[in-house]
Amino acid sequence: MKTNVIDPTSWDDDARIARGIKLRQQATARRARLLKHVFLIAFSGIMLYPLLWLVASSLKPEDQIFGSLSLWPSEWRWDNYTQGWNALPLSFTVFYKNSAIVTVLSVIGNLLSCSFAAYAFARLQFTGKTLFFGLMMMTMMIPYHVVLIPQYVLFLNLGWVDTYLPLIVPRFLAADGFFVFLMVQFFRQIPRELDEAAMIDGCSPFKIYWAVILPLSLPAMATAAIFSLIWVWEDFLAPLIYLNDINSYTVPLALRLFVDQEGQSAFGQMFAMSVLSLVPVLLFFVAFQKLIIRGIATSGMK
Amino acid sequence: MRRFFRRNAAGYLFLSPWLVGFFLLALGPILASLYLSFTHYDMVSTPRWVGVDNYVYMFDRDRRFWRALSVTFHYVAIAVPLRLAMALAVAMLLDKGLRSIGVYRAIFYLPSLLGASIAIAILWREMFGLNGMVNEALAMIGITGIGWITTPSTSLYTIVILAMWQFGSPMLIFLAGLRGIPRDLYEAAEIDGTPKWRQFFRITLPMLAPVLFFNLVLQTIEAFKTFTSAFVISNGSGAPADSLLFYTVYLFNEAFKFFRMGYASALAWVLLIIIGAFTAVAFATSKYWVHYENERD
Repeated sequence: MKTNVIDPTSWDDDARIARGIKLRQQATARRARLLKHVFLIAFSGIMLYPLLWLVASSLKPEDQIFGSLSLWPSEWRWDNYTQGWNALPLSFTVFYKNSAIVTVLSVIGNLLSCSFAAYAFARLQFTGKTLFFGLMMMTMMIPYHVVLIPQYVLFLNLGWVDTYLPLIVPRFLAADGFFVFLMVQFFRQIPRELDEAAMIDGCSPFKIYWAVILPLSLPAMATAAIFSLIWVWEDFLAPLIYLNDINSYTVPLALRLFVDQEGQSAFGQMFAMSVLSLVPVLLFFVAFQKLIIRGIATSGMK
Repeated sequence: MRRFFRRNAAGYLFLSPWLVGFFLLALGPILASLYLSFTHYDMVSTPRWVGVDNYVYMFDRDRRFWRALSVTFHYVAIAVPLRLAMALAVAMLLDKGLRSIGVYRAIFYLPSLLGASIAIAILWREMFGLNGMVNEALAMIGITGIGWITTPSTSLYTIVILAMWQFGSPMLIFLAGLRGIPRDLYEAAEIDGTPKWRQFFRITLPMLAPVLFFNLVLQTIEAFKTFTSAFVISNGSGAPADSLLFYTVYLFNEAFKFFRMGYASALAWVLLIIIGAFTAVAFATSKYWVHYENERD
């Protein structure tokens, strides 16, 4: 760093004293930084310990899971994974397939419908725009439990219970205000001159949405896609209500079966399947960490 | 008429999915649940109008309702301040002069991302069990643990700890807020010899007030809605001794276990009013303690 601000060859006493103080300050700063790192590393250990314990337990023999703090299995039981995969009446292949269907369709629905609504709010002029935008912001605050019962009655009457429609169709109707809001914020930053130029060239509003706005909004779309993927993947309440047949269970519902059978089922296998259920989320986090963290900082999502 | 159509067509066309969703999945259900809250409805016969009976029963005789309210308020009052304090402390630690901040930030945020999943709820259930990891750790320092989840007086705190573990997103928002505070304010305070703790109260907190307000409102609403962890950890019932009977768990059981849909709708509306009232009070009082930078007093 810049220690040479003061000429070291100077015989001026004041300068030497100043230099001494500066060096001492730097030393204290270095010590403080080191201390901070030590603390942060220890704290990271505490934060990660539950997850490490989960992974370690999923690889241990049954009698070592409880009663030992050691994270290192004395004997590696990979068969917890293979046995856990088939421990329930149906294999996890079915549950992962179900979860994948619901998740992929939900993400597509969210991206399409939310970007449509966001484009209307950010760029188009129509009567009642301010009112609807306000209503959209208000729906974000409404607890899901308030609309749950009428929605259930509605979907029951449509004959949709025990299908994936109650989980997927709302996503095609822009039911997640968060994503609309996120995209509106992003679309507003795109220079208006671009759409105006396109409009002069005779582009329709749809063409402008498709050829100007969307290509420039890939970061926002990616952020929305990642968040909706993780949330739908982890969603528990909606599948719990709408899916009663084990053939249509998603992964979270299947995991819950382990808890129900606690006592007769094997903990190692339960932990193994828990770990596997987190893997997709972890992979996405590692791959898209920057987008996720920026998404939260700018929109204040969960 | 034609002109109105031409001027608005594109807007409404793009908005149409959201409009359908808004009327069918938000506004319609909210009004429907208000209506249902004045009825007796078991999903088999048609709803029967009972006036305010549901509400009278709820406030007058339903002890489990009061229990659920008390559990939820306890949780909100303890978990939200702890989580925010944790988030702010860690954000301040990460804010200044560290180069490898990205790694720490990722590690501290990870639990928030995974926290909503069933896997974590299962993990918590076993970690705090009689033979779980927590008691093993306590045994090392000579303390004989108890079944933290099966003991009514401690079970709620296991979920508070779970909430504290997930301080990641408010931390990220605090970090963004801290970045926005001009450095020269601290430099000026440093020259004046203002001690660090006073800098915190005189500079950091006031400058951070808008972000703090935002986090507080958001996290409180989230906390009122807590469901999955409480549901899985108490195995769906709110046990032991109703100590984990979160409001949403009670509502869920009334609706989908006992099919008292009318009563559950009344519960839902009370929750809506509680959250609405909290938000209104927060916004109404915010002008006394939140000052925005570009605002003139």
